[in-house]
Amino acid sequence: MNSGSAIDYRVERSTRASRLGGVFGLILLALLIAVPYASDRALMRLLIEMFYFIALAQMWNLLAGYGGLVSIGQQAFLGLGGYSLFVLTTHLGLGAVWSIPVAGFVGAAISLPVAFLVFRLRGHYFAIGTWVIAEIFLLGFAQITALGGGSGMSLPVSVVKSIASTRSGRDTAVYWVALAVVAAVITIVYLLLRSRHGLALTAIRDSERASSSLGVDNFKTKLLVYIFAAFGTAAIGALIFLTKLRISPSAAFDINWTTTVIFIVVIGGIGTIEGPILGTIVFFLLRESLADYGSWYLILLGATAVLVMLRAPQGLWGLIILKYDLHFFPVQQRLHLQTELPKDE
Amino acid sequence: MIEWINSIVQGVLTGGLYALFATGLAIIFGVMRLINITHGDLIVLAAFVAMVIIETTGLNPFLSMLAVLPIMFVFGYFLQRGILNFTLGDDLLPPLLVTFGLSIVIQNVLLQIFSADSQRLKVGSIETTSLHLTNNLAVGVFPLIIFVTAVVLIIILQYIFNSTDIGRAFRATSDDPTTAQLMGINNKHIFGLAMGVAMVLVGIAGVFLAIRTNFDPSIGPSRLLYAFEAVIMGGMGSLWGTLAGGIILGVAQNIGAKLDPGWQILAGHIAFLIVLIFRPRGLFPRTFDE
Repeated sequence: MNSGSAIDYRVERSTRASRLGGVFGLILLALLIAVPYASDRALMRLLIEMFYFIALAQMWNLLAGYGGLVSIGQQAFLGLGGYSLFVLTTHLGLGAVWSIPVAGFVGAAISLPVAFLVFRLRGHYFAIGTWVIAEIFLLGFAQITALGGGSGMSLPVSVVKSIASTRSGRDTAVYWVALAVVAAVITIVYLLLRSRHGLALTAIRDSERASSSLGVDNFKTKLLVYIFAAFGTAAIGALIFLTKLRISPSAAFDINWTTTVIFIVVIGGIGTIEGPILGTIVFFLLRESLADYGSWYLILLGATAVLVMLRAPQGLWGLIILKYDLHFFPVQQRLHLQTELPKDE
Repeated sequence: MIEWINSIVQGVLTGGLYALFATGLAIIFGVMRLINITHGDLIVLAAFVAMVIIETTGLNPFLSMLAVLPIMFVFGYFLQRGILNFTLGDDLLPPLLVTFGLSIVIQNVLLQIFSADSQRLKVGSIETTSLHLTNNLAVGVFPLIIFVTAVVLIIILQYIFNSTDIGRAFRATSDDPTTAQLMGINNKHIFGLAMGVAMVLVGIAGVFLAIRTNFDPSIGPSRLLYAFEAVIMGGMGSLWGTLAGGIILGVAQNIGAKLDPGWQILAGHIAFLIVLIFRPRGLFPRTFDE
């Protein structure tokens, strides 16, 4: 990255925040790895839940925030991943942890025929089409008696014991798996966005017309993102139902998974990696502090999302960028001039 | 054989109700290019408004519409001008996410006020009266009233859109908002009126829904899906297409239910996918939208 004849410049990606953040991130990761040694079950369960919501939010953000594919049917892949875990461990004898990536591949494979259908729908109708598909999954799985029909199934004791023989051992193992999944998701999304495909995606986010005129194959890029998000969402779904040990169609294909994720991403800041993380923290703060007020917390959440969308469509993280130019996960290149510009008089 | 014909006839009549759900949605999308995720919850809201009016005044549910429809019109106008107008533009996300947020708010406010109990509006003997077409084939009077209402409303809407000043203004703002504004049309006001008209249709649909089936605050989203499926199957911009879409959905659901009760709603969704595979723009598309 070097000089021209008249002006010295350098192009760089990392910012001071990202270098400091990298160090801070590693320390945080070390602390999070150590949590099971120092903490009780309740905190671990809360953190596991936060981990999978952050991971889900990253996937949805990639789809909607970057790919412009506003899906409200990602619960189709989440549930599919959950059911894959149950089938793979119970009927095919695969280890619970290995079932998570395999569930991802199941999700990716099913996303191809689904994409064939929903990619025929433009913009708004795409959203509804994905929702209809998820409803079909819900109603369809309720008809499969081998999977327990509408009442679902539990993970057999033998499978549960195979994770770890004691309850606290299981909690710790699942916690570490969840931490590994969220760390992997954030790393992969970050690397993806810094890659050639990420550049194409960011271009699509900013202007579909301009990106296609610059040689980006919009359709192919979007299709790849859709398949990738299906992979991730299904793998996270397997993780979620590994923590729950029980699955039913109405829990697996619940629209509320996607509803929550959408609120998290919108409030946190769509189209950034930091946004979904911040959004998850805000969501859990709201939920934990308003837990006693029943549906009021959902009313407040919905109203906040409406307000954010109308007043600050870039979300909370967008406001922070605007004010402090803070980037923990910088994906764009920045130009730094090292000598002063020649005076042009 | 007669059982199947019976299923199809009942399905066609159910389609009338779905067309009622869908026409409001079609107008909102047609005029404002706005996707309204709240639509189903607004139908349920109208049903609860009717319930409150009936409980306080003792009016017959049909007469309650005299109060429900103006309330819904005013509500729609201010919903559009106060919130939804600010979401319009090239970006797809704001209208989608704002109406999505509103949907959650409306559902939970209704839940907070009216609880999750199932409700129903009663109109007396007309609910159970039926006409015997042949010895084995009967149609309910009330489903028939809904179907005829849907047809009459579509005729009225076609007239409004094609032959009145306000209809021309609706079409003009829809086709080219900038030019319409240059011609002296106040787009924001027109959009408010269009939402008001759509909410009148929502009001009628809500009262009919509440008479025909049980309702509670959570049933909005599935009605939204039926409405969307009817609109997409019918084809953009065609109100008669929307009726056809509603009928296909109703017939598919009734045939599905006849095969196996668990297949009722599934069959409707599958019919929608089949139409989508062979006619991605719907059966009778009139506008081509990018």
